[in-house]
Amino acid sequence: MAKPQPHWLLRPATVRRLWLLFAGVLLLTLVPDLFIEQYDHFGIEGSFGFYAWYGFATCAAMVVVAKLLGYLLKRPDDYYDD
Amino acid sequence: MTTNPALLLLGGALLLPLLPARARPAALLGLPLLTLAAVWGVADGAQLAVTFLELELVPLRGSSVGRLFATIFALMAFAGALYALRQARLLEQVAAQAYAGGAIGVTFAGDLVTLFVFWELMAIGSTLVIWAANTPQAYRASMRYLLVHLFGGVVLMAGIAGHYVDSGSVAFVAMQPDSLAHWLILVGFLVNTGAPPLSAWIPDAYPEASPSGAVFLSAFTTKTAVFALLVGFPGATVLVWIGLWMIFYGIIYALLENDMRRILAYSIVNQVGFMVCGIGIGTAMALNGAAAHAFAHIIYKALLLMSAGSVLLMTGRRKCNELGGLFQSMPLTAACGIVGALAISAFPFTSGFVSKSLIAQAAIDEQLATVWMLLAAASAGVFLHAGIKFPWFVFFQKDSGLRPPDPPWNMRAAMLLFAFLCIAIGVYPAPLYALLPFPVDYQPYTVAHLVAQFQLLLFSGLAFFVLLPLMRRTETVSLDLDWFYRRLATRLVRWLLRHGDRAWTRLVALLGRRADDVLAGLFRTHGPHGVLARSSPTGSMVLWVALLLALLLLAGYA
Repeated sequence: MAKPQPHWLLRPATVRRLWLLFAGVLLLTLVPDLFIEQYDHFGIEGSFGFYAWYGFATCAAMVVVAKLLGYLLKRPDDYYDD
Repeated sequence: MTTNPALLLLGGALLLPLLPARARPAALLGLPLLTLAAVWGVADGAQLAVTFLELELVPLRGSSVGRLFATIFALMAFAGALYALRQARLLEQVAAQAYAGGAIGVTFAGDLVTLFVFWELMAIGSTLVIWAANTPQAYRASMRYLLVHLFGGVVLMAGIAGHYVDSGSVAFVAMQPDSLAHWLILVGFLVNTGAPPLSAWIPDAYPEASPSGAVFLSAFTTKTAVFALLVGFPGATVLVWIGLWMIFYGIIYALLENDMRRILAYSIVNQVGFMVCGIGIGTAMALNGAAAHAFAHIIYKALLLMSAGSVLLMTGRRKCNELGGLFQSMPLTAACGIVGALAISAFPFTSGFVSKSLIAQAAIDEQLATVWMLLAAASAGVFLHAGIKFPWFVFFQKDSGLRPPDPPWNMRAAMLLFAFLCIAIGVYPAPLYALLPFPVDYQPYTVAHLVAQFQLLLFSGLAFFVLLPLMRRTETVSLDLDWFYRRLATRLVRWLLRHGDRAWTRLVALLGRRADDVLAGLFRTHGPHGVLARSSPTGSMVLWVALLLALLLLAGYA
């Protein structure tokens, strides 16, 4: 008997296609910045692709900070069980 | 005379256990709806005033912001009761109704004494909800939870007393943190929002409750505190920074966490941080934003916890590293969880988008550049820690091999109701905007705003998947300031018990003979066989009581 196929969402081919789709959507969100004017209240958020790089950069920073704090703060999850 | 809507739920809670089991579902679902109707029957202004111990109490006062919060509390009580209908213990159902009643009582309180009474009722109701999970862990967590809230209550009461002495009034009106009494009231309110340094009680206690218990808990305590801050301290600048701290605390701790419901508990602190920050900004736009965000938040956070609770109920597992792949057999739970996750992330066309934008807009209007930059980073961070992390690790990631079905119908119905509301409010925000305390002149759906939000969120999503290796799940808890009472304090007591004896003998020796005599004297009267420590039999107690009564009688005639 053949091994049961994994759910279509989990097949490597689907995952590859999903990444391509995601990349396409990401690029698509940048296109309007060529035509429309973002509000520029603080002199930075009107620049091209501001929200894209700002979202990516701040998230990366938060993940790294959390990772570093984790070395300091993490304890085995039975730490308080005594 | 108008009835106080809170009394419907509180009275109902008392009667519920007496009803035959067949009649209970109707009461559990009907009472919140009756309450909702009653909420809308209360006109603006003081509806009831009584004088008690020379205090002018206003137990029932209608206001637009109170009505908004009472409406969502009643809706929550209904959806929560539906979700808990067939699975929760009677104790939990009763406690949850009383808890909701307490929350609604606060929203109609026209004076600080009434507020305090309902505030404490909530503390008791919520403790019982945690207790109803019936595990030793839940019991211990509920006791820690209760201690924090009793502490907050004492601070609040001290503040109210001081405020009365200062001003001669207990009316619940806007204050500024300008006196010790007002600071105490502010701190009393903030304890219930999960503000620093006491934030740990939320992720400590809520995830120990039953699947439905956590849903109730997520809604009432913190949002009642938001209501109290909104009425009591609008525009208190310190709240901007407290709120921002809560926002980033929630994100960082949620990123470190492995327990799915604890992730969501940390994200409550994060979301309430947005509201606290808005209240601190204090303009009409910001206060509208805080109120709208509280309304939207209750719905999507409850939905997220319903989804997580369904997973817990059907699999018995709560750790992300033991879950995954559940979308295959629990499609509805996964879909509803994703709707909640999108709403909390303020995805366009969900409720979070139309509510959180108001707060960000207020920061722009006030030219608060730093605050706005931090809020934008936090919005990205919400998508990271809750919007993707929760659904990804629970429903996707690796396949855990678990194939549980979706939960029973009543739980599915509650999830569908709230998932519907998340989207309905997002697509058509006008009814929510109409409920807000100030007139709304804001259009969330502009092309520029949509583009900005899509860029922000989707590139956060990219960051999540790119950095996934840095977020490997570990079976850990994260240290927090609760370490001081959970670890240091218990260690200290144990150490004292072990070494106290020797230290005591030494101390007595050091103090010399005189101390010895005093102690010996005390031991004679108060020691195990001392006259004053004797546990007298009931008979002798009755004798003494009779004697006292006789004396009183004599004194009365004399």
